[in-house]
Amino acid sequence: MTGQESPGMRSWFRSGEPWVWMNAAAVALSILAVVGILSLIAINGFAHFWPRDVAQLEVTAGDHAGTLLGEVVDSDSLDRQRYIEATGDESLPADVAMISRLLVKTGNRRLNPPDFRWVFEQHIANTSWPNDVIAIERTEWGNAYGFIEAVTTREGTVTGEASFEALIAEIEAAEALREEIVTLQRGSLQSINASLERLRLEDRRIELDLTLDEDARVAALSDTQSRRQTLQAEYATEENRLRELAGGFEGRSITLRLADGRTEELPLITIVRAWQPNALSTAGKLAHYARSVWLFLSEDPREANTEGGIFPALFGTVLMVLLMSVLVTPFGVIAALYLREYAKQGPFVRLIRIAVNNLAGVPSIVYGVFGLGFFVYFLGGSIDQLFFPEALPAPTFGTPGLMWASLTLALLTVPVVIVSTEEGLTRIPRSVREGSLALGATKAETLFRVILPMASPAILTGVILAVARAAGEVAPLMLVGVVKLAPTLPLDGVFPFLHLDRKFMHLGFHIYDVGFQSPNVEAARPLVYATTLLLVFIIVMLNLTAIMLRSRLEQRYRGVEG
Amino acid sequence: MSTATQTIDNPADPTAGLPTSIRVSDVSLYYGAAQALKSIHMEVPQKKVTAFIGPSGCGKSTLLRCFNRMNDLIDNVRITGLIELEGQDIHAPEVNVAQLRRRVGMVFQRPNPFPKSIFENVAYGMRIQGGIPRSELEDRVEWSLKMAALWEEVKDRLKETALGLSGGQQQRLVIARAVAVQPSVLLLDEPASALDPISTLKIEELIHQLKDNYTIAIVTHNMQQAARVSDFTAFLYLGELIEFGATQQIFTNPKKKRTEDYITGRYG
Repeated sequence: MTGQESPGMRSWFRSGEPWVWMNAAAVALSILAVVGILSLIAINGFAHFWPRDVAQLEVTAGDHAGTLLGEVVDSDSLDRQRYIEATGDESLPADVAMISRLLVKTGNRRLNPPDFRWVFEQHIANTSWPNDVIAIERTEWGNAYGFIEAVTTREGTVTGEASFEALIAEIEAAEALREEIVTLQRGSLQSINASLERLRLEDRRIELDLTLDEDARVAALSDTQSRRQTLQAEYATEENRLRELAGGFEGRSITLRLADGRTEELPLITIVRAWQPNALSTAGKLAHYARSVWLFLSEDPREANTEGGIFPALFGTVLMVLLMSVLVTPFGVIAALYLREYAKQGPFVRLIRIAVNNLAGVPSIVYGVFGLGFFVYFLGGSIDQLFFPEALPAPTFGTPGLMWASLTLALLTVPVVIVSTEEGLTRIPRSVREGSLALGATKAETLFRVILPMASPAILTGVILAVARAAGEVAPLMLVGVVKLAPTLPLDGVFPFLHLDRKFMHLGFHIYDVGFQSPNVEAARPLVYATTLLLVFIIVMLNLTAIMLRSRLEQRYRGVEG
Repeated sequence: MSTATQTIDNPADPTAGLPTSIRVSDVSLYYGAAQALKSIHMEVPQKKVTAFIGPSGCGKSTLLRCFNRMNDLIDNVRITGLIELEGQDIHAPEVNVAQLRRRVGMVFQRPNPFPKSIFENVAYGMRIQGGIPRSELEDRVEWSLKMAALWEEVKDRLKETALGLSGGQQQRLVIARAVAVQPSVLLLDEPASALDPISTLKIEELIHQLKDNYTIAIVTHNMQQAARVSDFTAFLYLGELIEFGATQQIFTNPKKKRTEDYITGRYG
C-alpha cells in the first residue's frame, strides 16, 4: 500500500464495507461446505444403485492375469515409483510417468476371491462388453457374474437362447415361494412360538407361587401341559407346511460359466435376482434402479450388513425418534410450566435454569452411561424382579432395549424443550392471561385453555430441535439398545404389538458398523453413502413435518404475540 | 351507610338513597413498602356508571383491580381495609376468587381477545363454568354479542378468528365476553384509550345501554368521556380519594381546589 492509497483504504475500512464482504464470504463458505457435503453424499449414494455394464477384460500380466469379468467401479493413477514398488516390473518405458489402474468388481467371492481387484490398464490386452453376460444378486457370497450354461427347472434343463427367460421365470416363482415362507414364519409360527414361551413362563410362575398347595399346582401344571401339547401339534403342522414350501426349491438351480471357464451351480434358493446388464436399455436400467432402491429400503440386511437392505435400521430409527418425541414433549413442557408459572422466581429457580441449560452441553456418551446404569440396570432390573420374576435370570427389561434408548434420548433432549417452551411462555402477553382470569378461570384453566395452545409453536420448535439432535445421536444408543443386527422389528402382530423391551437397529449405528466394522470394505463403501443419504433424508423429513405443523399453528396465533 | 370521612368533603353522602354494589371502607394498598392507595372510603352504587379520574399513577386502576382481586396476581401486594360486594367481604376466606371474578367482570385497556374464533371467545367464560348445553350456549353468545352491539357485524363469521377484527370490534368482543358470564358488576379499565374516535363513540353508547343491567365502574383519562358517560365521578390523586360526587357536581362545582385544578387542566 502506498501513502497515496492509505487515506482511501482507511475510509473504505471505516465505511464498514470490508465487514460486509467478510460476512458474505463466511456465509458463502458455509453454504458451499453444506452443499458440497450433501452433494458428495447424494452423488455417491444415488450412484450405488445404477446397474453398471459388465466388462470382459483380457489381462496379460500382473497378479490377476487371465480373463476377468466384472464392473469397473473406480479408477486412479499411480506414479512410476509406486508402480515399480507394487509390481516389481522395471520394463516400463522411461517416458511414462503415471500409470492408471481400474478397480474391477469381479464378484464370485466363493469360487474366485477376492471380489475386488485393481488392474493396471496397460496389462489389459482387450476389453469387450458381451451382451449375454449375466449378473446375479445372491443371498450369500455377494454378486456373481458369468454366462448361463444351463437352467435346471422342475420340467427339465433349459440351455441356449431361452435360458435367460427361463431363469427370470424361475426367480419370479422363487420370490413368490419365499414370500409364502416369510409369511408363515412371521405369522403363525411366530405367534405359536410366543404362546409357547408364555406357557413356559406360566409354568415357572406356578412353580414359584408359594400360595398354591400341591394339588392345585399339579392341576395347574397339567392344564398348561395340555395346552402346550395342542400348541406343539399346531406347530408341527405348520412346520410341515414350511418344509413342504422349502421343498419347492429342490432340484432347481442355474449353472453359471465363469470368466475363467469354470462352472458353478447356484441353487435357486440363493438367487435374489438376475439381469443382463449389457443388454439392458436405458428404460430397463431405470426400472432396475428403481427396484434396487426399493429393495434397499424394504429388505433386511445380509452378509454382515454389507448386502441387502436397511429396513430394520430405518424402522428402528423412526420408531425410536417418535417414541422419544412422545416422551420428551410432556416431560419438558410440564417442567417448563412449573419453572415459569408456578415456581417462585428467585435465585434457586435461576440456578435450576442454569443447570438445565448446561445439561444440553453434557457429552452424549455420559447420558449413555447414565441410561445403562440407571434405566437398564436399576429401573429395568427392578421391573424384572417385580413383574417378570418367572423369566429370570433371563432379563426382560433389565437389558438394553427400545424403551431405554428412547428414554435416554428423551433425557438428552429435554433441556432443549424446556428452554424453548419457557421462551414461548414468557412471550405470551400478560393481558391475555388477565383476560382469562378476569372471566373466572382458575390458573390451571387459563394454562390449559389459553396459554398452552398459544405456546404450542414454541413447544414445537423445541421438539424440532430435539428430534434433530436425537435422530443423529449414536454414541449413547450403543449402550442402551442399538445392536448390529436385529431383523425382528420392535413392532409386529404378536401381543403386545409394540415390544419396548426389544433391541433395535439404527441408521447412525448402521453407518458406523458397515463403514468401519465390515470385513469387506470395497463392498461396504457405497452402502455407507446410501445409508448416510437416507439418514439425512429422514432427519430432514421429520424436521419438515414439525416445521409445517408449527407454521400452521403460528398462523393461527399470529397477531397476539409480541 | 358509612360515616363521613376526612377525604370526602361532602357531608351529605353523594350516593345516599341508592342501593350499594361495592362498599370500600378504609382500604389501603401497598406495593412492597410503597403505599399506592391511602385509606379509601366510598360506595359504588348499583346500576349506575361510576367514573374514576385522576392523573397517571394516582391509583385509579389499582383501586379498580381491587374490586375483582386482580391485584392478587402481583407479588408483594398487601391490602388492608374492607371491600364488600353486595354486603359480602370479598377477601373472606370462604370466597372463591374465580366465582368472585364471574360476578365482577373486567375489560382492559387494550383489547385482549384469545386466539380462538369469535364464538369461542364469547363462550369461553361459559365453557369454564361448564354444564351449559350447546343450544343455550349459542343463545347466550348471540345475546352477549347483541348486548355489545357487535352481533350485526360478526353474525356471519362467528367461526373466524377473533384476531381478524378491528381494534374497536375486538374491544366490543371483549365486552361481550365479559357480559356473557352475566356478572353484576363490569369494571372498565380505560376501555377506549387504544381506540379511534368512532370506536370510542360506540363504546360510550354501549356503556349507556349496559348501565340498565350492570353496575359499571370505569377508569378513564379522558375527562370529557367521564362527563359524558358517568353518573358519579371519583377523583383520585396520589393514592387518595380527593372527591367523590355526582358527575354533574364534580364537573361544574367541584368542592376541592385540587379537583378543580385537575378538571380545568392545570395538571395531570
